[in-house]
Amino acid sequence: MHTFFASFSFMADHFGLLADRTVDHLKLSAAAVAVALVLALPLGVWLGHRGKGSFLTVSISNIGRALPSLALIAIFLGLLGIGFVNVLTALVVMAVPPVLTHAYLSVEQVDPDLVRAGRGMGLTEWQILTRIELPLALPVLFTGIRIAAVYVISSATLAAVAGGGGLGDIILNQVSYGLSGVIAAALWVAVLALAADALFGALRSRLTPRGVLAGRSG
Amino acid sequence: MSSALLAAAGPQPVIPDFGTVSSCVRDNGLFCVDWFTANFSSMFGPALVQHVRLTVIAVGVGFLIAFPLALLAHFRRRLVKPLGGLTSFLYTIPPMALFTLLVPVFGLSVLTAEIALVSYTLMVLFKSSLTGLGEVPEEVRRAGEGMGLTRREILWRIELPLALPAVISGLRVATVTTISVVEVAAFIIDQGLGSPIIQGLQSPFNTQFIGAGLLAVALALAADGLIVLVGRLLTPWARTRRTV
Repeated sequence: MHTFFASFSFMADHFGLLADRTVDHLKLSAAAVAVALVLALPLGVWLGHRGKGSFLTVSISNIGRALPSLALIAIFLGLLGIGFVNVLTALVVMAVPPVLTHAYLSVEQVDPDLVRAGRGMGLTEWQILTRIELPLALPVLFTGIRIAAVYVISSATLAAVAGGGGLGDIILNQVSYGLSGVIAAALWVAVLALAADALFGALRSRLTPRGVLAGRSG
Repeated sequence: MSSALLAAAGPQPVIPDFGTVSSCVRDNGLFCVDWFTANFSSMFGPALVQHVRLTVIAVGVGFLIAFPLALLAHFRRRLVKPLGGLTSFLYTIPPMALFTLLVPVFGLSVLTAEIALVSYTLMVLFKSSLTGLGEVPEEVRRAGEGMGLTRREILWRIELPLALPAVISGLRVATVTTISVVEVAAFIIDQGLGSPIIQGLQSPFNTQFIGAGLLAVALALAADGLIVLVGRLLTPWARTRRTV
């Protein structure tokens, strides 16, 4: 129990260090999620709109889930060398599957009657996508982003083994920071992941159109 | 603590002999098949076996905890939210943080690793079991009641068999996730495929960590395929189901 109390005084004494590493950690995570969104979101939404490619997205999500994060970092370390690019690539590979599958499913599951009604009213395909499908798809789509973000923040802790920096640097360096520093950083990372999860959960309910919320019971 | 462990393990003879090794090992190629096969029985093989053992125990124990909880929540619906919230909370904590936080309490042991591993399986197994039990159509349940089945008979003969596909897909996700987290467990115990990776990262020699990484990916894909296959054999009626 003593180590846990000591870790709190470490947090107070080294607040600057922790804040510094947290900024690194969040930069790395945000970059990975952003790249994954650029790659996967348009593709998923387009495939969902066409209603094709369920085999592709399901396969990608199944394979993506099966890729161990530390193994990915190790493999990309051999291919790309030590540093930011290697870790970023590994994190992007981890973030793409949840974003892609949720983007696909969110658009594909929209009631076909609504789409047909829109078409009957003379909306173009683009208008159907932006005015009917995307607003209705938003909650599920956002769930995918939330899963990817939390997963990436969690896995970015491993980045330290490949020179990616972040809070994992403190956890892995007991020689410099002592056990209380390691525990402090571990607590900090755990709180960061839980906070990100809660934040994205709150954002999701904020972004969901009221009409969609009213039709749902949970 | 990982550094303490590595120090105890001693320096790793990663490039043992420059005289007899192949040009791939000498030039530090991306993946040297000869070095990999030569070291399989001493390094990769045992790590693979440990990895499988840690995974099987974690998923097994996780299922023994999560399934009864799902059954309980199925009958007492007000428990769904707190139990779901607790398991999601455990799942959200980053593996490396949880392993580190458990060490001061339980020490650098397999028990510590398994406690963390089990806690990661709970969310997926609880949710999938609960979804499976809830998927039974109301009419089917009523038909069972009409045939004079008791609540217990409805559970055993209707609800559990119909829940099987969802439970199996939950086991699939939990197993693959656990294989991934077991790698991280190598930071606290010298076991599993994460251990050659972490030791290999101390030197620039590629084959050790790439080999262990590829082996872990292959293990996860193989386990995934195997569970799908077993699931199909156990639930032939659900063949046309789409699993996402």
